[in-house]
Amino acid sequence: MIQSGIGSRVLALALVAPAVAVFGAFFLLPLARLFVVGLSGPEGWRTYAAVLVEPRYLESLVSTMLLAAAVTAVTLAIAGTSGLFLARNRFPGRALLVALLTFPLVFPGVVIGFMVIMLAGRQGLIGTLSEQVAGQRIVFAYSMAGLFLGYVYFSIPRVLLTVMAAAEKLDPQQAEAARALGARPWQVLVHVVLPALKPALLSAGAICFATAMGAFGTAFTLATRIDVLPMVIYTEFTLQANIAMAAALSFVLGIVTWLALSLARSLAGTSVAAAA
Amino acid sequence: MSRDPLRFEPVPVRLNACAKTFPGGTRALEPIDLEIAGGETVVFLGPSGCGKTTTLRIIAGLEQPDPGGSVFFGSEDVTALPIERRNVGMVFQSYALFPNMDVAQNVGYGLRVRGIDRRRRDARVGEMLAMMQMEALARRRIDQLSGGQRQRVALARALVVRPRILLLDEPLTALDAKLRDGLRLEIDRLLRQLGITAIYVTHDQGEAMALADRIVVMSGGRVVQIGTPRDVYFRPADPFVADFVGTTNRLQAQAADGRLHVLGADVPWAGATGPLAVLVRPEDVRLDAVTGQAEAKVTTAMFLGDRTRLVVETGTGETLSIDAPGRASFAIGDTVRIAIDPDRLLAMPL
Repeated sequence: MIQSGIGSRVLALALVAPAVAVFGAFFLLPLARLFVVGLSGPEGWRTYAAVLVEPRYLESLVSTMLLAAAVTAVTLAIAGTSGLFLARNRFPGRALLVALLTFPLVFPGVVIGFMVIMLAGRQGLIGTLSEQVAGQRIVFAYSMAGLFLGYVYFSIPRVLLTVMAAAEKLDPQQAEAARALGARPWQVLVHVVLPALKPALLSAGAICFATAMGAFGTAFTLATRIDVLPMVIYTEFTLQANIAMAAALSFVLGIVTWLALSLARSLAGTSVAAAA
Repeated sequence: MSRDPLRFEPVPVRLNACAKTFPGGTRALEPIDLEIAGGETVVFLGPSGCGKTTTLRIIAGLEQPDPGGSVFFGSEDVTALPIERRNVGMVFQSYALFPNMDVAQNVGYGLRVRGIDRRRRDARVGEMLAMMQMEALARRRIDQLSGGQRQRVALARALVVRPRILLLDEPLTALDAKLRDGLRLEIDRLLRQLGITAIYVTHDQGEAMALADRIVVMSGGRVVQIGTPRDVYFRPADPFVADFVGTTNRLQAQAADGRLHVLGADVPWAGATGPLAVLVRPEDVRLDAVTGQAEAKVTTAMFLGDRTRLVVETGTGETLSIDAPGRASFAIGDTVRIAIDPDRLLAMPL
């Protein structure tokens, strides 16, 4: 029943209240607590400054962001292309191919890491092959490169499914209209198809970036010496018992990721409004 | 190319044995031969699935005809050219405007991909928007336009590149009735003014009659009749055409010795003899209490303003639609006498 004026206001507030309570209890409160813990060390607010000043932390922050950005770019390129292709073409074996491409969804990060070792580790497939062909054993599983490979593999399904869903909703007549006007295939792609897919690519990219920023399970499986931020946080917390530093790093990691997500959302928002 | 934006080169179009079989073996189009004169407006008319859109897409270059078929623009064989190299203007039912561009950018898109510089592009877009009386909308986003405005932007976008032919695929179907009538008049005026060869696909016989120089009536992947709107309406090739174009009554009749026995009465007859089906339009059936040949009972009376559409049942058990003047009023169950002029009857073999 729709009630008038103040009545419906109160009702709306009452209905929203549980969500607000959960949000406060499980998000705002822990975050605030984390921030306070970050200040509680002997260095006080300097703990936060150290994240940006001390080379060890800054390098870790930068390299984590670079890794996440690279994973996002490569995943968007691979999954965007194949998603567009799969949405437009019907062929025997297509369903199987989609199933295979979305397979990584079922694995936790640890298993992904294990698979990277099987592929590019010391006893891995690439190593064995390269030794027999070129006489040199190529091993890159225990480094940033291995983590990069694992995260691209891990991120492909989400981007692929989002792009496929968006591409299937495109009006094929828009591409035909562009072609009738003389647009070459690459022009149709750049001027018509990609702008229409922009909201989907942005939101899928943001999720991909956020996931890669928090990469822990895979990194932990591959090596303890990969300096991504989550690993540094883990080390500070468990080995150095520097709880204030761990908290400060966690807080910064959260803020950076949240900024990336909201930036993507606002960009997608404007383009969604323009496309509606 | 002429610089006058209001006149187009009249390019003839010829289809030679164009058929279309889709993968899986569905025959969408039986081989069709068709000549369209330069500057002519031809309307493909038929129910959905009749092959009219497939034919249009073959002319556009969006579909390839089966081997052996060919498409000519003037003396040029364009069969092997993809749509982007045929220089055709195309207008779609869904408008197909680009939502990431404003009105002026949409209209100028064809010039942009042709590499025409910004100043000349803006000038020609301005010219075209002025011709369509849409200058005020130039900076609008597509989602700020009404359906009728969208379709006019689509028309301007298709025409600004001076295409050789203009192809329109059900351009008015997505609009509501009032807008449809207005835009139909506008398209008609535009096509006459520009002198461009235009091919128009529709399932709406009213649109076809209003716009066409010639109508190509299609059914089941075949051309059933090609003719002027008058030909198609007054001399339909078969009962399908008669029924699809306008409303028609189909009556059982028997002809012998210069008389036609229809609706239980005899009229003078000079046509074919034997058992026949005769067709008569509702407006060709008169209500005449004095000379009417047959008596009938009114079963439905629909007041349409300018006329009243009656459905009557005759003593012989046949049902007819009749147009009576709008000012005459009828009640269900009324008895009327109906008269048919023999020269308004069309005989079809049974």
